[in-house]
Amino acid sequence: MSLPAAESPAERDTRLAHAWNVLGLVMDPEIPVLSVLDLGVIHFVELTENGVRVGLTPTYSGCPATRVISQSVQQALGANGFAEVEVKEVLSPPWSSADITEAGRAKLEAFGIAPPSRPVRSLGELAGRPRRCPHCHGTDTECLSEYGSTPCKALYRCRTCREPFDYFKCL
Amino acid sequence: MSAARLAYVLRLADTNLILAQQLGALVGHAPSIEEDLGLANTALDVLGQARLLLSYAGELEGLGRDEDQLAFVRDPADYLNLALAEQPNGDFAHTIVRQFLIDAWQRELYEELQRSQDERLAAIAAKALKETRFHLRYSSGWVVRLGDGTPDSHGRMCAALDALWPFTAELFDADAVDQAMIDEAVAPDPALIAPRWRARVQAVLSEATLPMPEPARFGWYGKRGQHNEHFGHVLAELQFMQRAYPGARW
Repeated sequence: MSLPAAESPAERDTRLAHAWNVLGLVMDPEIPVLSVLDLGVIHFVELTENGVRVGLTPTYSGCPATRVISQSVQQALGANGFAEVEVKEVLSPPWSSADITEAGRAKLEAFGIAPPSRPVRSLGELAGRPRRCPHCHGTDTECLSEYGSTPCKALYRCRTCREPFDYFKCL
Repeated sequence: MSAARLAYVLRLADTNLILAQQLGALVGHAPSIEEDLGLANTALDVLGQARLLLSYAGELEGLGRDEDQLAFVRDPADYLNLALAEQPNGDFAHTIVRQFLIDAWQRELYEELQRSQDERLAAIAAKALKETRFHLRYSSGWVVRLGDGTPDSHGRMCAALDALWPFTAELFDADAVDQAMIDEAVAPDPALIAPRWRARVQAVLSEATLPMPEPARFGWYGKRGQHNEHFGHVLAELQFMQRAYPGARW
């Protein structure tokens, strides 16, 4: 395989940066304020001869959003000048909720979803619990259901403002 | 590539596939919306694990069959799931006990399988382990609540344990496939898993005021393709679409 002779290292860098920028605009279908970069599911981005190869890691094994995300990544890169887009599933290391970026955590809370309580990878108490209510920031909360609207969330209620809210579980 | 490795991967895959099918049948029928969601989410996880394993099995087999073909168009004797997974949903006690016994087994198995010499299996196990810890907490919680609940719920849990316990013998009964995988450092020795599983099960049953049964002796070998009378019904639903409309996609 040889690189197109015309392309300089600087141009390659530009293309690579472009790919990352495009990915920053691909949103999670279930949590539309989070990009795939916020979510931390992009393992690598590599330029290929005629396009780009992206390593994507699934959040939960059975999460139906994974397939949609893969298609969205294909589409977005395809529509932005990458002739060939290959999405490669990466299983190891497994995704962790600690892979959600700081920006992603802030966006989650602003969207009304309490972010995972542990920002770092650790094996502790399962799932953790919300640090505070995303609506009123009250800290007195109760779990209504360990499973919520998607595999990654649990349903909580704030005892201060009485509003229910989703909590993104630690995985 | 060995036939033993293919069989081993199919055993893990099919146990998850059939369990997902059983749990999926409960969607809309669980006792409450929270349990509907809990069981459906567990079904999604184990189905996801089944897909990863079936895709790998298809590659090992080398006949060009993908996860869908393996899931939908094999004959009954070619499914190598544990017989425990195909037991009927029954009442909620049966569903929970079946889930609990399998969760506790997968919890210990995946813990070891993460260190498999087979890198693909190790990666799948490391991922699945995280999800299995949730499943086990969920099912354990219900075992305790129902076992240490009303006389009716306690009685139903005892009946479910009696009915399902015999199928646990198969979990730890190593045969030639298991032995080959142990020798290749692909799989842990079931003799290593068994005491850990027993200890975990014992702790939860004791909290649930349920008696710990003696180790089961009778082996039913779903993992060798020997299935019972319930299996045909499971497959009929699982396979209907692809049998009626071969190759249908959407």
